[in-house]
Amino acid sequence: MSETNGTILSVNGLKTYFQTEDGVVKAVDGITFELKKGETLGIVGESGSGKSVTNLSVMRLIPEPPGKIVAGDIVFSGIDVRALSIDEVRKIRGKRIAMIFQDPMTSLNPFLKISTQLMEVTRLHLGHTKDEAYAHALKMLKLVGIPDAGTRLDEYPHQFSGGMRQRVMIAMALSCDPELLIADEPTTALDVTIQAQILELIKDLKARMGTSVILITHDLGVVAGMTDKIIVMYAGKVFEQASTKELFATPANPYTKGLLKSVPDPAHEQGKELYQIPGLPPDVAHLPPGCPFAERCDRATDLCRQQYPPFVEINADHHSLCHFAREVYAESVAEQNKQEL
Amino acid sequence: MIIPMALLVITLTWALVRIAPGNFYTQEKKLPPAVEENIKKKYGLDKPWYQQYGIMMWNVVRGDFGSSLKYEGQTVNEIIWRHFPYSATIGILAYVLALLIGLTAGVIASLKQNSIFDYGSTSLAMLGLSVPNFVLGPLLVLVFSFWLYWLPPARWSLAGLVLPVVTLAAIYAAYIARLTRAGMLEVMRSDYIRTARAKGLDEKTVLLRHGLRGGIIPVVSFTGPALAALLAGTVVVEKVFAIPGLGNIFIQSVLNRDEPLVLGIVAFLSILIMVFNLLVDISYGFLDPRIRYE
Ligand SMILES: Nc1ncnc2c1ncn2[C@@H]1O[C@H](COP(=O)(O)OP(=O)(O)OP(=O)(O)O)[C@@H](O)[C@H]1O
Ligand SMILES: [Mg+2]
Repeated sequence: MSETNGTILSVNGLKTYFQTEDGVVKAVDGITFELKKGETLGIVGESGSGKSVTNLSVMRLIPEPPGKIVAGDIVFSGIDVRALSIDEVRKIRGKRIAMIFQDPMTSLNPFLKISTQLMEVTRLHLGHTKDEAYAHALKMLKLVGIPDAGTRLDEYPHQFSGGMRQRVMIAMALSCDPELLIADEPTTALDVTIQAQILELIKDLKARMGTSVILITHDLGVVAGMTDKIIVMYAGKVFEQASTKELFATPANPYTKGLLKSVPDPAHEQGKELYQIPGLPPDVAHLPPGCPFAERCDRATDLCRQQYPPFVEINADHHSLCHFAREVYAESVAEQNKQEL
Repeated sequence: MIIPMALLVITLTWALVRIAPGNFYTQEKKLPPAVEENIKKKYGLDKPWYQQYGIMMWNVVRGDFGSSLKYEGQTVNEIIWRHFPYSATIGILAYVLALLIGLTAGVIASLKQNSIFDYGSTSLAMLGLSVPNFVLGPLLVLVFSFWLYWLPPARWSLAGLVLPVVTLAAIYAAYIARLTRAGMLEVMRSDYIRTARAKGLDEKTVLLRHGLRGGIIPVVSFTGPALAALLAGTVVVEKVFAIPGLGNIFIQSVLNRDEPLVLGIVAFLSILIMVFNLLVDISYGFLDPRIRYE
């Protein structure tokens, strides 16, 4: 294994395209990011921005056809994931990289007992016997806080509530003690109160087990207290990338500002209608030559509509894809200073 | 539910036999009125229709269909039990064959979607569905019996069973293959299959342990009634291959206006079909825990 310098995952220039009747869908178009051991990365963006495809690419789970990873490097713990045979990838899936999905109602197999679904992972990857796997499954259910785990283990998914199913998914994902956990909108389908519990659980387990985490969401409010750094995606591109603290305090991209404005803030503006970015995300099969966000951006100029924006470095850890990144950043800093006064 | 349905079916059949022109005793020539009178009396046909209906129903409820009018001295039950085994033998064999071929072809076609195998088996299934029995049967006889001399055209022997079983199975195999393919394609796109793959399971396990059950549920709902229909005998195939099964006897009994035999067979078949539908409902429960626990 090569030297990794504490980096668990690095993705470089990843492009994943889908061949559709409508043309080539550039779902992910040149994504670069890095995740250090023990860190939590947030990936934020509206629906269709390519968050799931990015992470399914890391797991090599893109259905092919119609999809294909056409370019880029994915290096996990020193391993070039794209160069692996499918059998070698399977040894990583579920063992070293685990995933939980958006909809707990449909992500568990309705025909199999919870115990069967939990046991098959450790039997496969840890070589557990039936008894060992059963005992381990029980331990995992207790770990994720499912009451009466002993009896619930032999039940079927439909006998669990949404929140409980997501706990089962988390138990399943963590049963082989993976180095990286990818949580793809783990709370989007859940009630608000349950959402907080599940996030708390992930945070707690991550701290205890030292797992690195990628947390995908379209809600910036969710990642605020959870992540070390954030990438903001739009139309298959990284629009902004910064530490969580800096991204919230001094965003350098109009899209990020729009997302921040649309986070519900219980502290003030009660009763006021929530801000929404005008318009809809673009069709990634037919992108205009300029900035893909220009149509919806309140400060777009002719330059934005005609020329593709540069990826501007604000500082070593903060980048923004915008013709006016520095100006937007300066405004954010000014606002920040005003608030602190 | 089964009993009232069966009684309704029998009532309708009885009414149809009565409304249809002709009767069992008239041949080409008309009978002298006195003889006709006598026959009517003997079989209770002189009574008003509702009394006849009442007597008929009472007998049916007791499971006593009486004797055939045509084959005198043989009870309806005897005739059914003598001919049913022929139909059942071909039916069960055709059912097993259709399931084997249909499920295998359907699963492979869904796995290799848009491959040559997929197009090949899908076209073959289309052919199987659109070529009727009465064409396929004689065609097979022509090729395998009269050209190649491989198999006998009609004899009750193991070799003789091959052609009727294949003829009968073809349409069901085609239908099952289509249902399986569609069902599997649908299931293999579902979220829980993605979860199974994300766990690192190999494709074989993903397919057999996680995919198959959901994928064949549409097949199950089809196979119950299909098996009943296959067991009951298929008129055309039994005619083409001269098999003395229930289907053949049924046609004969209708042409003869042999009312007790017609009613007996209809009652037998409707109970058969309903029992198999019940079995389907029960097997759903085995396949799908969501139904089992309701
Ligand atoms: N199997 C597929 N075939 C064709 N296009 C696809 C496929 N999967 C994803 N895409 C396209 O890729 C783009 C990115 O999808 P992706 O699922 O990554 O979005 P997302 O950011 O995860 O959105 P969401 O918040 O809705 O989950 C979308 O335009 C989508 O239509
Ligand atoms: Mg998604």
